[in-house]
Amino acid sequence: MAKKILIVGGGLAGTIVANGLCRQLRDEIGSGGTTITMLGASPTHMYQPGLLYVPFGRARESELFRDQRKVLDRRVPYFVDPATHVDTDKRAVTTASGKSHSYDFLVLATGSRIRPETIPGMAEGAHWFYDLDGARKMRDALQQFQGGRVVINVNAPHKCPVAPLEITFMLRDFLAAKGVLDKSEITYTYPIGRLHGLEPVAHWTVPEFERHGIKSEIFFNTKSVDPKAKTITSEEGVTLGYDLLVTIPPHTGQQVITDSNLGKGGWVPTERNTLLREGSSNVFVVGDTTNLPISKAGSTAHFEADTVVDNLASLIKEDRWARHYDGKVFCFVETGLSTGTYVWFNYATPPNPGPPSQMIHWFKLAYNRLYWLSARGLL
Amino acid sequence: MAERHKVDARGAFCPGPLMELIATLRHAEIGDEVEIWSTDTGSAKDIPEWVKKVRHELVAVNETDGYWSIVVRKAK
Repeated sequence: MAKKILIVGGGLAGTIVANGLCRQLRDEIGSGGTTITMLGASPTHMYQPGLLYVPFGRARESELFRDQRKVLDRRVPYFVDPATHVDTDKRAVTTASGKSHSYDFLVLATGSRIRPETIPGMAEGAHWFYDLDGARKMRDALQQFQGGRVVINVNAPHKCPVAPLEITFMLRDFLAAKGVLDKSEITYTYPIGRLHGLEPVAHWTVPEFERHGIKSEIFFNTKSVDPKAKTITSEEGVTLGYDLLVTIPPHTGQQVITDSNLGKGGWVPTERNTLLREGSSNVFVVGDTTNLPISKAGSTAHFEADTVVDNLASLIKEDRWARHYDGKVFCFVETGLSTGTYVWFNYATPPNPGPPSQMIHWFKLAYNRLYWLSARGLL
Repeated sequence: MAERHKVDARGAFCPGPLMELIATLRHAEIGDEVEIWSTDTGSAKDIPEWVKKVRHELVAVNETDGYWSIVVRKAK
């Protein structure tokens, strides 16, 4: 019997699933027994980690984008027609244009989005680099910045948990190269009682911050920003003044998830090993869309997508499960403009970052290009 | 009506149980409770400390079968 696989979301997770399934289900697709369809919101695919380099003028915008049709296997019809409602009882997804797509298996890969507007004053008073427009504005602000109080403000939840540290170290190097570091003071704020969610990374960061003269404020969850007074205030009662505010805004999942009652905050309750939506046997959830208590990051999306590909292909070909997702995450960590390190961990193995080196930084730069092979399911 | 949100953050190294609690409280209603399970030894200390700072309400801290169950009520 023919099987229809519908992938909602054209980011990294959905794209790896689509391309991986095309490879594993070549015969089934060729015979017409299986179809794969993708719904997305944009004709282009963005390499999101590349945004980190934009504020410093170290990435050309054109390098961050590819035509999604060229990243995706040509056997997958791709519709730039985002989902507006998911009905898991009727096994159908409605789109912005009013079309309805039925499915036998659904893959939810809608991702997350920044929500600076949910904190009073943040959208008006802060810079960020988590989208292209924000990264461009931050680049302009850094060009004009002649020294002063810089606050790097981290909010929960957010994706790419190492990016806040990376931007801090890179900004420090940028200000030093510009010759305004001696007229500047950098303060990093973090929501919990240490400098990073990963305890070994937090321990590693303390002496690094001391060495670079970076100040910190822990237990800082942003309550409001006053763009006129140039202050930022926390729920915990601390107010900091700033001349340049760089924020990692709080994130939520996508509206279609909340509108379809699939999960509060846009995060879908997901079984941690099978990546099935809780209570479902034909709805998989990958990438930032899950409510799993692990990093929302490209590598998480990648390893989860590989697992979904193996399991969906096995279910269709042999009616059996292939394997469990073990919680694997791997992240490069840029520790400046010329050094880097990395962490990896899973549900059972704690992270243990090694000393930063120039070579790992070069690996990261190489990966910035190799990403497109990941998205195509080749790496 | 107040709800209880359950978060199984056992084995969650990053972003960690407290960050998961903060994220869950963001979309909870005032009066809702969040029950978080954690295997991270620091959580039993960090979570109550943070809850006190931001003036939410700590309902329970229990250690069972090698993990902590911590319940927090959203107060504001």
